[in-house]
Amino acid sequence: MIRICYFASLREQLALVEEPLALPRGVRDVAGLRAALRARGGVWAEALAESRPVLCAVNQVMARPGQAIADGDEVAFFPPVTGG
Amino acid sequence: MFSVHVQSEPFDPAAEVELLRAGNPRIGAVVAFLGLMRDLSDGERVEAMTLEHYPGMTEKALEAICADAASRWALEGIRVVHRVGELRPEEPIVLVAVASRHRGEAFRACELVIDYLKTRAPFWKKERLAGGERWVEARHGDSEAEARWDQRSDGA
Repeated sequence: MIRICYFASLREQLALVEEPLALPRGVRDVAGLRAALRARGGVWAEALAESRPVLCAVNQVMARPGQAIADGDEVAFFPPVTGG
Repeated sequence: MFSVHVQSEPFDPAAEVELLRAGNPRIGAVVAFLGLMRDLSDGERVEAMTLEHYPGMTEKALEAICADAASRWALEGIRVVHRVGELRPEEPIVLVAVASRHRGEAFRACELVIDYLKTRAPFWKKERLAGGERWVEARHGDSEAEARWDQRSDGA
């Protein structure tokens, strides 16, 4: 199982703060997970569309699309940050 | 060496600088950047702003940015304070204060920390306008400000 968290506009659009997920078969990295979530269709396909600037963190560290994901990881998806 | 605070309570910039500086006679310079909430955004009046963050990651990201700055310059300390929750115009949002023996290191490190904070620390601003709420969009200029530090190791 992994835990996925969503923040800011993405959290609002998906109406979801976090969810546990059994790592889908064949999903090994951030890009694969994003594609699997997108395949849920509807608002998921829209919010996580490849054209949308969505950032990801794995275990609370910024991650690139090729970063590996394993059981027990905390994965977060969010829009580009706007602090400061 | 580093002190990172993410808090919903307002802070006093002068008191924060004092906490960074007091008791260390090696410090000859403190450079502080104070980010404030403005009442205009893209020409529209902003009544209030809500700052969301990613508890846990935010602190880690800020500490990593401070460690990066400390690896480039000889510093005596860094203090970062960032508000979350609801803010009103004129309120301080963020303070980055850097102490060093001489001013050059503190100036450069302070600028790097705020540049990296803007693109790497997981904060998101939502503005409340007369007509409703909107999420603030990331600025392209922030990425450019971040990128220039990758091309120069000494900040010169």
